[in-house]
Amino acid sequence: MKMLPCREVSRLVSQGLDRELGLGERLALRLHFALCEGCRNFDRQMRFLRRAMRALPERGERESG
Amino acid sequence: MAPQRDFRRQLEDQRPYLLRYALLQLRDAEAAEDAVQETLLAALAGDAAYAGRSSLRTWLTGILKHKIVDALRRARREQPLGADDAGAELAELDALFVADGHWRDPPAGWDDPDRALEQKQFFAALELCLERLPARTARAFLMREHLGLETDEICKELAISATNCWVMLYRARVTLRQCLEATWFGEQRASR
Repeated sequence: MKMLPCREVSRLVSQGLDRELGLGERLALRLHFALCEGCRNFDRQMRFLRRAMRALPERGERESG
Repeated sequence: MAPQRDFRRQLEDQRPYLLRYALLQLRDAEAAEDAVQETLLAALAGDAAYAGRSSLRTWLTGILKHKIVDALRRARREQPLGADDAGAELAELDALFVADGHWRDPPAGWDDPDRALEQKQFFAALELCLERLPARTARAFLMREHLGLETDEICKELAISATNCWVMLYRARVTLRQCLEATWFGEQRASR
């Protein structure tokens, strides 16, 4: 299997949050992550961003009173 | 104090928060005011529906989300959004990568990011980053991650193809990641 470039990986990581990825796509990502720390970080950060957005309505600036 | 009056006051207390929330998504003061007003009225009318299972704020935010979606639909009917700028969006992403598709600047790890979710200042930084996104991109992103709509609903609302929708969401996420890196996580790394 040919290694995907980081650019394509970042695109797929984002799409993985919006649609179900195919088996081939998931395998290609896993292979790439095994070898690329930057993309591993990107993937973690994208999932963190989703958690942060879910938490925003409750955690966004509370009034002090 | 009579319970009904007390409830009304509690609702009023939430108004500033709800307004900021609506403004973030609608980017139109008048439309945001309207959505919040409708939410508070609906809450008052449906007093019995609030059973205290969730916090008052969570319950109100749930109502407000529906009002925001309604407002977005109305806005789209009255003033359809402009032509797609997916091409420009892609060009902007080009800057992040070198010609062979590698990162120009590979993302560095974020130190224990979930700890940030305990910090009020972090959410203030996140809101600032959201405000900096281009309006259309922000709208698509907030519909997805804040209102929890599926991609096909967003495409329909914004009248764009699924592919363009994915590109907009991708762009929003990448831009927010960079903004949080610059304004929050990079700082944290530097201060250690």
